[in-house]
Amino acid sequence: MIRINCPYCGLRGHEEFNYIGDATKQRPASPAVSTAAEWHDFVYIRDNPRGPHQEIWQHIQGCRAFVRVLRNTLTHEVLATGLPQDDLLADASSLEKTGEAS
Amino acid sequence: MAEYSAFSLLRNAITGHKDWRRAWRDPEPRKQYDVIIVGAGGHGLASAFYLAKNHGIRNIAVLEKGYLGGGNTGRNTTIVRSNYMLEENAHLYEKSLQLWEQLSQELNFNVMFSQRGVTNLAHSDNQMDAFARRGNTMRMNGIDAELLDRAQVRREMPYLDFSDNARFPIYGGLKQPRGGTARHDAVAWGLARGADRLGVDIIQNCEVIGFKQKGNRITAVETSRGEIGCERIGFAVAGHTGHLAAKLGMKLPIESHVLQAFVSEPLKPLINTVVTFGAGHFYVSQSDKGGLVFGGDIDMYNSYAQRGNTPMIEHVVSAGLAMIPSLSRLRILRHWGGIMDMSMDGSPIIGKSPIDNLYLNCGWCYGGFKATPGSGWVFAHTIANDQPHAINAGLTLDRFERGRMVDERGAGPYPNRH
Repeated sequence: MIRINCPYCGLRGHEEFNYIGDATKQRPASPAVSTAAEWHDFVYIRDNPRGPHQEIWQHIQGCRAFVRVLRNTLTHEVLATGLPQDDLLADASSLEKTGEAS
Repeated sequence: MAEYSAFSLLRNAITGHKDWRRAWRDPEPRKQYDVIIVGAGGHGLASAFYLAKNHGIRNIAVLEKGYLGGGNTGRNTTIVRSNYMLEENAHLYEKSLQLWEQLSQELNFNVMFSQRGVTNLAHSDNQMDAFARRGNTMRMNGIDAELLDRAQVRREMPYLDFSDNARFPIYGGLKQPRGGTARHDAVAWGLARGADRLGVDIIQNCEVIGFKQKGNRITAVETSRGEIGCERIGFAVAGHTGHLAAKLGMKLPIESHVLQAFVSEPLKPLINTVVTFGAGHFYVSQSDKGGLVFGGDIDMYNSYAQRGNTPMIEHVVSAGLAMIPSLSRLRILRHWGGIMDMSMDGSPIIGKSPIDNLYLNCGWCYGGFKATPGSGWVFAHTIANDQPHAINAGLTLDRFERGRMVDERGAGPYPNRH
């Protein structure tokens, strides 16, 4: 079990959450000026890292809030959690561990 | 004379089985190869085998980080079928199925290919309509398909839940009689021996650490066993494609996810076919040792860990129990996880890459095992001729940029939904 520290509900098992996906993809700012290459990158291309990965989970069986999670894809260890807009990778060194490995 | 035959078995029995030739050599890597294939799983070994056999390229190395066949080739549920609807998939998997039908003879190695039939169950009128359409499409592509009604399914598979209490009553099913199962390890071993006998070097415990590039070409591979030069290079590393591509600064329309599979304690013969649930994700067959081999959905989150999690075990098993209630007291003997290269449209990417002499064989999602010989066959053609075969021409990397997705399920660009 992966345990995720929801900012509103506290530490919960991951079966309460729905996995949304990679949190780092930025939607092109404006359809009027965005290029096809930008859309291709946003919709299809992923970093797919082996190691720390920033991702969005939704607490569908709790508060229904979106939660940003920094998780190691090689060990399933949750390194940090925060609000969707937080950049957890930048803060990772200063944050204490908020979850535990499965 | 064939290396393995009744006669050779008898001769070696008389001499105490001391004279069997090693199935494949354990060579030191040479300085330079015409073709390097990264990954000695089924796809990598099949690619090397067909490059040597069909295209006359013999100076080939297959590099393997761990041991041969230790990745997804040894971690799947061994199902072989070609019941696809879209053109690009149908012809690839059908080519593969035709190669499966000859593979034991071709390799002189019993891969235990058993065409016991694959049946997908339908649980509503709408699903029956969809299966009728799929079956008709398959038959128009020259692939066998039979639509079964409830009575026919019941005659073939009486152990399914036909009671009034069934949460998802069975309306019928779509059967591909030529589908079935194969012995997954034997496929890797047979292809390895076949490739080795044609001069291919299979180099195990040899991890790719980096690449040497000149212009838009890869000139050498840096490995844990030294630098190895190459004219052409192909990746057949399944879930680890993204990791290797990152070393080249290349990003792909792929996410790596973990898929679990299970084997129960051995039973007397119960399930003599492959059968899949139509109201959830569950597929099961019975191995020759008696264990039920089954699986379901991926764990849904990105993962490179070759182990899964408990909520998905419960999810898979509850789908199985809805389909076959008599499994309820059965114990699970083993379970394991493999890393799937989930592509953005659920179909494989097999062809050229943005780098001139690099070829990609990836994005197989759940479906790689059945494609093993076909994938190797078209990948060998692609590498030898520097252009795809007609069969894999539509499965290019650039189809995502051009809006030509091959999305069998119509699930959109969500890799964990395929």
